[in-house]
Amino acid sequence: MADNKGVMIVGECVDCAPVAVTYELLGVGRRLADSLGEQLSGVLLADKVGNAAKDVIAFGADKVYVIESPLLKDYVTDSYVGAIEKLCHEVKPNILLMGQTPMGRDLAPRLAFRLGTGVTLDCLDLKIDPQTKLMVQTKPVYGGSALAEIVCEKTRPQMATVRPKTMEPLARNDSRKGDIISFDPKLDASKIRAKFVERVKEKVEGVKLEDANVIICGGRGMGGPDNFTPLKELAKLLGGALGASRPPCDNGWVPATLQIGLTGKIVSPTLYIAVAVSGASQHLSGCSGAKNIVAINKDAEANIFKVARYGVVGDYKKVLPPFTNKVKELLKG
Amino acid sequence: MHSIVCVKEIPDPETPASAFAIDPVAKRAIPAKDKPPVISPFDEQAVEAALRLKDAKGGKVTVISMGAPTAEKILKHSLAMGADEAVLLNDPAFEGSDSFSTAYVLAQAIKKIGQFDFVFCGRQAGDFDMGQVGSGVAELLGIPSVTLAKKIEAQDGKARVDRAFPDGYEVVEVSMPALITVSNELGEPRYAPLKGIMAAAKKKVPVWNATEINAEASKVGSAGRHTSMLKLFIPVRESKCEIIAGENEEEAANKLALKLREVKLI
Ligand SMILES: Cc1cc2nc3c(=O)[nH]c(=O)nc-3n(C[C@H](O)[C@H](O)[C@H](O)COP(=O)(O)OP(=O)(O)OC[C@H]3O[C@@H](n4cnc5c(N)ncnc54)[C@H](O)[C@@H]3O)c2cc1C
Ligand SMILES: Nc1ncnc2c1ncn2[C@@H]1O[C@H](COP(=O)(O)O)[C@@H](O)[C@H]1O
Repeated sequence: MADNKGVMIVGECVDCAPVAVTYELLGVGRRLADSLGEQLSGVLLADKVGNAAKDVIAFGADKVYVIESPLLKDYVTDSYVGAIEKLCHEVKPNILLMGQTPMGRDLAPRLAFRLGTGVTLDCLDLKIDPQTKLMVQTKPVYGGSALAEIVCEKTRPQMATVRPKTMEPLARNDSRKGDIISFDPKLDASKIRAKFVERVKEKVEGVKLEDANVIICGGRGMGGPDNFTPLKELAKLLGGALGASRPPCDNGWVPATLQIGLTGKIVSPTLYIAVAVSGASQHLSGCSGAKNIVAINKDAEANIFKVARYGVVGDYKKVLPPFTNKVKELLKG
Repeated sequence: MHSIVCVKEIPDPETPASAFAIDPVAKRAIPAKDKPPVISPFDEQAVEAALRLKDAKGGKVTVISMGAPTAEKILKHSLAMGADEAVLLNDPAFEGSDSFSTAYVLAQAIKKIGQFDFVFCGRQAGDFDMGQVGSGVAELLGIPSVTLAKKIEAQDGKARVDRAFPDGYEVVEVSMPALITVSNELGEPRYAPLKGIMAAAKKKVPVWNATEINAEASKVGSAGRHTSMLKLFIPVRESKCEIIAGENEEEAANKLALKLREVKLI
């Protein structure tokens, strides 16, 4: 354990370009490495990595391990876990970070058990304790009602996944120097027990929830699928996107991909209008990053008013139509 | 077809924020008075996933839980839904477990049960939202794992699993036996029929301790932890809501629109 050194992040690429969370990981990774006086390395796995390795250096890494193999074209648990396991045996990092993404949330726990160490998923903050030099991992628990600080004392690497959009990336600096090292994990195709078949993307009309500046979110109190039509119209009017709490998704009123919350999408629009949503902690986990929450709810005691900036207490059926009309009028004028 | 499902008893996750309290010393939630503990919702869906396979292919479903004696209730609930057998894993030595020691105890119990085609877990337990025990059990058993399943089909020693993704889903094929973690996109779990509830009430739920599952003392409970929780706290949210009122809904709605315009939100 004493010889474990350095912070390592596992990046993710789409078509040879790192995705946003990779830069965020480099940002927090750099901070942790500097406070420990250790190096920061990045790992990229794909069939072809291309120029992404240079980006990883420009955004803060001292070293990039490139692992290229046809077996790494699509994410498959066994091949990715196997490749990083081998790299970890060789490099022996002190800290290993990845994104809380479909890949990271599958890869991190399996890898942690393979390496015989601990991991904390979905961290909102990571810092080095000045006394113990341990990485303190802050994660939401109880659906977001509470926060826990967790450390991994005895085993290495200390592992965590980081929630996207919670860490600041560094500014790009193309004059940064770093080594690009190609690593061959000698993957054995016969040990890979699962096969990627296909990825099916559901079509979204208009703006993507994650990118939307305005989100109109309907809850269980909407009462049925048809009542979402006026919400969709309002979203369109404001150039935003339609979202929902979990019950409308579970009930099939709207597509499951519209779910906002702990187990759905995490969004951070400027304006979030929650209609007939009670504001359960698991829902707020997904929207508390919104700059301004507006709540329309008939129950004055609803928890959503505790996080909202503006609220109207009333039946949405009576509030929404005049509100939409007024918005239309204001946008015209 | 034999499926084993891991289910956990947790404080009701739908406890309203106003009734949610924690014990910062024991570092866990204090269950609200009128809210009895429940089966973790994704675990109930894991039971549902196993029952759907049983409906399609026949066979049996075994549910296991590591927890307090009160966890017998969620095991009986699973039996009432249609599971065939249940085992409670209880030993004072299991107290203070983290994800690692929990996965170890579950894996030891599964080894004792012996033959199986699938192990099902929830995607994350609705208390600490750790999201790792499933993958851990698979690793300890040396079987493949597929996480976040919303649909599972088994054919000729292989399973085809649809995994829920933020923008759709992914299809994976995996050899059996395999461990699968279930996400809420799987759909609503079935209701326990009255007949099932009555039959479950009569069934005995055996309790296995550390010795009975051959568990090493150094790997269970707090002794087996890989992580420790330093602190548990409720974050303070500072937000003051301005309630926009009016003579009637229409007036309030108009005022809200004007207000949002005034602060340049629309
Ligand atoms: C582990 C776990 C994960 C979860 N993940 C998520 C998640 O990712 N996202 C999520 O959203 N939930 C999630 N949930 C569920 C969450 O706990 C709540 O059950 C859910 O968010 C409630 O949705 P809601 O507010 O729409 O419904 P309800 O809580 O039923 O609230 C409906 C609201 O509508 C109001 N209302 C009713 N009629 C009207 C009307 N005519 N006009 C105005 N207001 C009206 C009511 O006053 C009420 O406040 C999760 C739960 C668990 C246990
Ligand atoms: N004490 C337990 N008993 C039985 N199953 C458990 C227990 N803890 C966790 N699990 C299973 O592992 C899944 C993930 O748990 P976690 O990693 O704690 O979020 C749960 O949904 C359960 O299926």
